[in-house]
Amino acid sequence: MKYLHLIWASLFRRKTRTILTLVSIVAAFLLFGLLDAVRTSFAEAGQSANGAQRLQTGSRLSFIQTLPQSLEARMAQVPGVKSVTYANWFGGAYQDPHNQVFSFAVAPNYLDLYPEMAVSADERKAFEDTRTGVLVGEGLARRFHWKVGDRIPMQSTIFPDRSGSKNWVFDIKGIIHSTDKKTSGFFDQMLLLHWSYFDDTTPYNRGQAGWYVTRVTDVNQADRVAKAIDALSANSDHETRTQTEQAATASWMKQLADIGLIVTSIMGAVFFTLMLLAGNTMMQAVRERTGELAVLKTIGFSSTSVLAMVLAESVLLLVLGGVLGIALAEPLIPLISHGSNGMLSLAPVGPGSWALGVSLMLAIGLLVGAVPAWSAMRLNIVDALARR
Amino acid sequence: MGKLIEIRDLSKVYERGKQKVEVLHHIDLEVAEGDFVALMGPSGSGKTTLLNLIGGLDLPSGGSISVGGQRIDQLGAGALAKWRAAKVGFVFQFYNLMPMLSAQRNVELPLLLTKLSAGERRKRAAIALELVGLADRASHKPTELSGGQQQRVSIARAIVSDPTLLVCDEPTGDLDRQSAQDVLALLRALNRDHGKTIVMVTHDPKAAEYANHTLHLDKGTLVEQATA
Repeated sequence: MKYLHLIWASLFRRKTRTILTLVSIVAAFLLFGLLDAVRTSFAEAGQSANGAQRLQTGSRLSFIQTLPQSLEARMAQVPGVKSVTYANWFGGAYQDPHNQVFSFAVAPNYLDLYPEMAVSADERKAFEDTRTGVLVGEGLARRFHWKVGDRIPMQSTIFPDRSGSKNWVFDIKGIIHSTDKKTSGFFDQMLLLHWSYFDDTTPYNRGQAGWYVTRVTDVNQADRVAKAIDALSANSDHETRTQTEQAATASWMKQLADIGLIVTSIMGAVFFTLMLLAGNTMMQAVRERTGELAVLKTIGFSSTSVLAMVLAESVLLLVLGGVLGIALAEPLIPLISHGSNGMLSLAPVGPGSWALGVSLMLAIGLLVGAVPAWSAMRLNIVDALARR
Repeated sequence: MGKLIEIRDLSKVYERGKQKVEVLHHIDLEVAEGDFVALMGPSGSGKTTLLNLIGGLDLPSGGSISVGGQRIDQLGAGALAKWRAAKVGFVFQFYNLMPMLSAQRNVELPLLLTKLSAGERRKRAAIALELVGLADRASHKPTELSGGQQQRVSIARAIVSDPTLLVCDEPTGDLDRQSAQDVLALLRALNRDHGKTIVMVTHDPKAAEYANHTLHLDKGTLVEQATA
């Protein structure tokens, strides 16, 4: 600690250069904070206490392949299954194709398997009694200024009605209130319509379910139940894959994009550039201070102390910029989530992200400081003082 | 007085590419404790090389150097650094102060290597600055000081850890006449009043007059020993 003022003064010896480098580091770690929030949000999707009790069954081939609705009754017979429901992806958009809505055509008992979604009894009754009725998430209703009683036009990006039109009209009968904060970002943005209305209206479905959701009686028996469900359609033209909800969500997202790989690739490129930049700054800083480092060694600082001071300077530079960058990401994340009207529900910067961030700061700091620190350690006093 | 520096058959060879250059040839020298010695000679005569060897900044190619009874030519790099920190103060021609630190912080630098508390370090640095007449300039950065003042700060840095030996390489080489006289008077006071042994390299015969003895080096050999 007693060397801190010396390290600090050395770091800011060339203020403009150090500040510009710091700005780059802040930007890199701000990006890290935001992208890690995206990665965490995707990784945590489907992770909830209730989700652990649910299995999802989809086509073994692809998530866009559908399954016969007749499977429902057979799945319900599997020992360990408490209840079964099913749903189809509707692919709705409101007013503009860019306003995509998480819209599912669901079986009548769908809400029973999702206690994360709370709907008042009156509204649920109204939904059940109205063929064109829909339930909409609280956030979604807020986003489009919808209220119960509104009649809304929706465009399906996939399914036309029997006349060939992809324009559908629905009546909002209730609002879905999310009861689980962790998954609220998803349920808040949902629109649920009746599977029977969907199936009767579009000629494309004809008694098919997109996927099944099963609630098991015993979480510990989930593996066995999953295998038994998949055995029902083994060697058929509609073989299934049953997974826990978490695994299914992860696999579904992976089919869309490998977020982890994308985030890692972007951050790899950013940090590689940062290493070149910070490394160059440190090399220049040490080269300029050759005479001063020689004086330190002259008055008795050991080579190891000089090495440690240069490394500490490099780490300090990274930690200063890095902490500032991640700290800036903290208030930005809720702003981005809010700005997206709930479409993006980014996880806050948690202890895991901080730990990873600080580890990166230390590792990059040590890496970029290694070469200049080594040069400083091996500096020959006599040559350096003679400016040779 | 006893001998502080004892040099026997000292030689130094530098390798410049494939060429070997013998800078010092079989030098024998003794400097008494409390002495003030000026080293003179033409450029390339080996004055700074000899000074660097006495100050433990470099190692000889042959012979021995004892300072205060310690064979410093036999010390490893780490031990030599510790020895320098404890026993030697350095004054350079171009002051070599840290430009980003105040005069006070510059003077404190050698004390960072001790176990003294921050308060004690500040106190000792203030005393050293007082001794060189710059107590009122403690918070100034080197760029805010004149050349003479910077050299006095560097002398304060050299004496702050109370070393036995001061090695000065052209301490007045970059100063005007008046500042040079002030610095030399200060070095003489440190020698006379505080008992510091000083070995000073200089080109300037007037500067050498402040020393008790003047040694002349020519082509790496001591050629003459004069007494002031």
